[in-house]
Amino acid sequence: MQGVLDAVGPESPGGVVVPTSYYLVLSAVLFGLGVVAFVFKRNIITIFMSIELMLNAVNLAFVAFSRALGQLQGQVFVFFVIVVAAAEAAVGLAIIIVIARNRGTLDVERVDSLKH
Amino acid sequence: MLVLTYLWIIPLLPLLGAAANGIFGRGWNKGIVSAVALSSTTLAFIATVELVREFMALPADQIPWTRAYFPWISAGGFRADFALRVDQLTVIMLLVVTGVGWLIHIYSTGYMHDDPGYYRFFAYLNLFMFFMLLLVLAANYLVMFVGWEGVGLCSYLLIGFFFLKQSATNAGNKAFWVNRIGDFGFILGVLLIFRTFGTLDFATVLPKAAAMPVEPVGQSGVLTTIALLLFVGAAGKSAQLPLYVWLPDAMEGPTPVSALIHAATMVTAGVYMVARSHVIFLNAPFAMQVVAFVGCVTALFAATIGLVQTDIKKVLAYSTVSQLGYMFLACGVGAFGAGVFHLMTHAFFKGLLFLAAGSVIHAMGGEQDMRKMGGLRKKIPWTFWTMFMGTLAIAGIPGFSGFFSKDEILLATQRANTPLWILGVLTAGLTSFYMFRLLFLTFFGEQRFDEHHVHVHESPRSMVIPLVVLAILAVGGGWMAAPLLWGKANYFAEYLSPVFVANQEAPAAAAESAGGAGLLQALLGAPVIAGLVGLFLAWWFYIRSPETPKKLAVSLAALYKLLSGKYFIDELYAAVIVRPLVWISDRILWHVVDEGVIDGTVNGVARVSRESGDRLRHASTGNIRTYAAWILIGVVVFTSLLLWMVS
Repeated sequence: MQGVLDAVGPESPGGVVVPTSYYLVLSAVLFGLGVVAFVFKRNIITIFMSIELMLNAVNLAFVAFSRALGQLQGQVFVFFVIVVAAAEAAVGLAIIIVIARNRGTLDVERVDSLKH
Repeated sequence: MLVLTYLWIIPLLPLLGAAANGIFGRGWNKGIVSAVALSSTTLAFIATVELVREFMALPADQIPWTRAYFPWISAGGFRADFALRVDQLTVIMLLVVTGVGWLIHIYSTGYMHDDPGYYRFFAYLNLFMFFMLLLVLAANYLVMFVGWEGVGLCSYLLIGFFFLKQSATNAGNKAFWVNRIGDFGFILGVLLIFRTFGTLDFATVLPKAAAMPVEPVGQSGVLTTIALLLFVGAAGKSAQLPLYVWLPDAMEGPTPVSALIHAATMVTAGVYMVARSHVIFLNAPFAMQVVAFVGCVTALFAATIGLVQTDIKKVLAYSTVSQLGYMFLACGVGAFGAGVFHLMTHAFFKGLLFLAAGSVIHAMGGEQDMRKMGGLRKKIPWTFWTMFMGTLAIAGIPGFSGFFSKDEILLATQRANTPLWILGVLTAGLTSFYMFRLLFLTFFGEQRFDEHHVHVHESPRSMVIPLVVLAILAVGGGWMAAPLLWGKANYFAEYLSPVFVANQEAPAAAAESAGGAGLLQALLGAPVIAGLVGLFLAWWFYIRSPETPKKLAVSLAALYKLLSGKYFIDELYAAVIVRPLVWISDRILWHVVDEGVIDGTVNGVARVSRESGDRLRHASTGNIRTYAAWILIGVVVFTSLLLWMVS
């Protein structure tokens, strides 16, 4: 375990080290884009993609912290998130196909029958 | 030792009868219903006789015989067993209840024969027997209370037996409500007993109470309070002033019910309870005075009302109230044995009188007004002769049972309290008068009914036989006390003396004084003279010159109106208690508290949630992006709040 951490340690000799805050800013920007797209876009597939974007922004933050703190758990989490995201993609896309077949549209404004 | 070991057999038998008739009786014909009801009571009577035989053989140190069958309630420091107890007092009560109850069951098969509620009647009657036997067999106040409430329930059910009649339903309700007041006093007394003695078992409470110092009048303590509370219960159940009002109305029930419950057994439960708790009363002289005073005043008061009643059952009802007053008078002056003796003889002769009255009503096709009877002596001779015996007994004519018991009470009163004795003797005269008035109006004189409409007929054998048996008991039931006349011991008092051990000197003193006075004085004592005067006056008024009562009613119009209006006690209660209560319930409790506060609160809560929901549901659009926006806003708000709090 210690060996793995050493190999990717922050003080790799002979290279420029990118500061952790850069990764975090990028992660925040990606997450914000995902949120904005989720709220404002109408197409269900776009909304679905924005969810993926948010998940990956979180993944990036996990990895960045994992490296900065020298702990492996963050990376393990990322694997879980990727697996869940894959499963979610499979289920979600299936639902989207059913919606498209039944309603002939992918406009989320018109998929509000939960209320009624 | 079979019955003594399994004492619960005695109450269980009538309970089984009640359950069988109550559950399956609707589909059975009358033969099966009567067979079930009669066999259960007959077996209970046989079991009681066997119990008495076994009890006689018990060595004295095993009396009172107590059996605890299972722990019933056990909570914290409180423990009550389902326990039954037999001592001499219980034996007397058991014999009276099962014996008279059995006779009345037989009578009822004839009397209720054409009633559609036949099975229901016997189910209730058997249930009553169960609770009454539980009451007298109880070994602690809690089991007694169960029996006490149970007989009250059966009384209510049977008074309102003809429930399609509004007056019967009202009478049942009245009995139940008035008894609630008494029962409330009783249960407060029981709670106070538990607080004082830490248990409800007679076997512990009574010796402890006996060991406590006597509380002089004016320095009343806890025993006086307990005794007075118990007496409130007794006054409710045994129809004493001021709670007697339910008993006359209870005559709405079928006549066998009046005989069994409202004359012979249930109404004497109060006397039994006071006698059972007598050590508490003996240490509370003030309570004793209250008991004696209330009993004596009730006796006189009810007797005066009885003078002018025209309904044959109402006369007997007021007479019962009056006789119960005698029993409490006896208890109040410390002659508990005499009170129980009168309880027994009263069960015989008053049970007989009610059954005979029922036979008269049966013969007259349902007529109860004595003014519309007359001259029945020849037509229903069996009823007449048995009722005549009962009347002689209650009037205290020497040789009949009422003479012995009433004289014993008055003898004890004479030594204790002269003013009460005078009232008691006066009551004896009034009793004799109203009872012979009843007899003369019903059986003598001319017929005051149309024979073409009323087919007068003697009752069937099932009704006549109980009458004859009870008549024999009413005549001979008092002879146990007869040796008193020639200065020997009173067998009845002697038999009960182990129970009333604290008061042993009273019967002995009675024997002594009677022995000294001799036979002649006892025969010509004041109560006997009063009884004979009453008899003579009744003869004069209702046979010799029948116009006299009418003239008297005119010349003493105010008094007559007061008496025939029953002192307007019902009207007084209606004005002072019932109507204000109805007004408060209607105007305040119903329209303000119930409709305003309670309904208002409930409806208000409902309206607030409905209206707020009506507004808030617009926030729920069903559009997923709106929800996402709400989540986003929430996250932003909470995150900024968190940051603000941290910094």
